[in-house]
Amino acid sequence: MIRSEILKDIAPILRDQLVICNIGIPSQELHAIDDQSTNFYMLGTMGLASSIGLGLAMVQPKPVIVIDGDGSVLTNLGTLPTIGNNAPSNYILLIIDNGSYGSTGDQPTYTGRKTSLTGMAKAAGCDRVVECQAEDTGAVLQEALDAQEATVIVCKCESGNAKMPVITMDPVVIRDRFMKAVQA
Amino acid sequence: MSIDKRITEDLVSKGIGFVTTVPCKQLAGVIDEIDRHPEIKHVPSNKEDEGMGLCAGAWMGGMRPAIIMQNTALGVTLNTLATLTQFYRMPLPMLISYRGELREPVACQVEMALHTKALLAQMLIPTYHFHKQADVEELPMILDHAFMSNKPVAILTDANFWGGYGDQ
Repeated sequence: MIRSEILKDIAPILRDQLVICNIGIPSQELHAIDDQSTNFYMLGTMGLASSIGLGLAMVQPKPVIVIDGDGSVLTNLGTLPTIGNNAPSNYILLIIDNGSYGSTGDQPTYTGRKTSLTGMAKAAGCDRVVECQAEDTGAVLQEALDAQEATVIVCKCESGNAKMPVITMDPVVIRDRFMKAVQA
Repeated sequence: MSIDKRITEDLVSKGIGFVTTVPCKQLAGVIDEIDRHPEIKHVPSNKEDEGMGLCAGAWMGGMRPAIIMQNTALGVTLNTLATLTQFYRMPLPMLISYRGELREPVACQVEMALHTKALLAQMLIPTYHFHKQADVEELPMILDHAFMSNKPVAILTDANFWGGYGDQ
């Protein structure tokens, strides 16, 4: 399974939740599969999805699901200790780990070699870390929501992208409708 | 009231309830006050762009944020300021220790001080320089300005403002 197939699979779970989605093709895929005002699409700023989601989860009670990638987490590794030491129970970080920088042409990342984000998240102090295969993502994500416990999910999947259009929505529109959805 | 306490009280009085910090020796006292204040959620971050991500999330969640950092880190935050804070039009007061200015004892710090105001000007970030303790009186107005305009705003605080880092 590749990322877009996982996103299609979990779209019904994501639909009612606040979602912070990673830059590039992940956001384009989620936007094309099931655009919702509860989705915050990152149009730039590689690496900060997990941080934006953490700030959001810390100041309000609704569950927050961050859809991130291995490349983006690697570029902002300092996020893992901050999550490990601060994440509230409504925070879920779903790392779609396809071992590659998908948006830039599938160049390999180190997680396809010797590096384990699961191990790094645990070492950083994250208490609930679940590694799963692509086809189990929906069940693991639902379990994390039901557990109401801060969770990092590392979903191992194949590298590859679906061809989806670039998001042309104005960033202030994305942000404004998202903030209204948070308050709703 | 100490300058550290006064800054903290100003942040709280303007509704700021979420503060992320990366330390500087000049900022140690204010970080202590923030950490102790019951109305502020204090989240230390490991890098300043990470902190700006946290602030973006907190603001979208309905809480006014601020970041406390050193000017030497300005370079690593430029992309975040442009593509997150400014592109999505988010407010962000940045209380910045302005190392490398008058009374600075470490020569290397002067190098980034030379670029600090130029970078902020290039980024079109409203910038205020606190050089004397009385300058702190403008802080509440500057905070209002950030949240009125939905923009990042920089407050550069040099060694003279903090009472002379270089005199130790």
